[in-house]
Amino acid sequence: MFFEDISTIIGAALAIALCFLLLALGVALWRIVRAESDFDRVIALDLIGGICLCCLVVFAIGFNQAVLLDSAFALAVMSYLGTVAFARYLERGND
Amino acid sequence: MSLVIEIIIAVLIVTGSAFALIAALGVLRMPDFYMRMHAATKAGAFGSLLLLMAAALYFGTLRAVLTSVAVIVFFYITTPVAAQTLAESAYRRGIKLWDRSLVDRLKESGEIPPTKDSKKKL
Repeated sequence: MFFEDISTIIGAALAIALCFLLLALGVALWRIVRAESDFDRVIALDLIGGICLCCLVVFAIGFNQAVLLDSAFALAVMSYLGTVAFARYLERGND
Repeated sequence: MSLVIEIIIAVLIVTGSAFALIAALGVLRMPDFYMRMHAATKAGAFGSLLLLMAAALYFGTLRAVLTSVAVIVFFYITTPVAAQTLAESAYRRGIKLWDRSLVDRLKESGEIPPTKDSKKKL
């Protein structure tokens, strides 16, 4: 369970952190919907990958499961590959 | 776990997520594509660094510390590479700089010429 066997200070910090991360996710999603070019969308997608990594670390502390740090590593790898692939694809254009 | 360590962990968690929020606000508010990319990559990577340090302090086992250090090192190697690749392809496609930015060293040196279809609407 979330917040089980956890001290009050760290629990309050986790609650504040989850609020911040949720707000950041909302802002990045808004940026994807209203962007000037496709490169802006790729930047916002990359940022969403980083924020999801932060969320996984917060969940790892909150659920007391150190295994979630491994999935954070996998998420970092996939986010990097996705950004580079999008950059190459957008450079080539429509032809 | 002593009180000092708990306070350090709590401060690291709140600061790290605040840096992630600042990165998102920078992506929303900056006037230029390159400035937006700068805000997203640097602040986002620093926020995840702080949160991973908090996780390593909280668990305290060797496995968790090694995983956190591995994620930090990998993230700090790959984020600038991805941003550089994206900025280079955006420059080739002719994404404009902010009209109040002063120098454009790449244009002066002529090392990256824009491709033929850079005028095409994105």
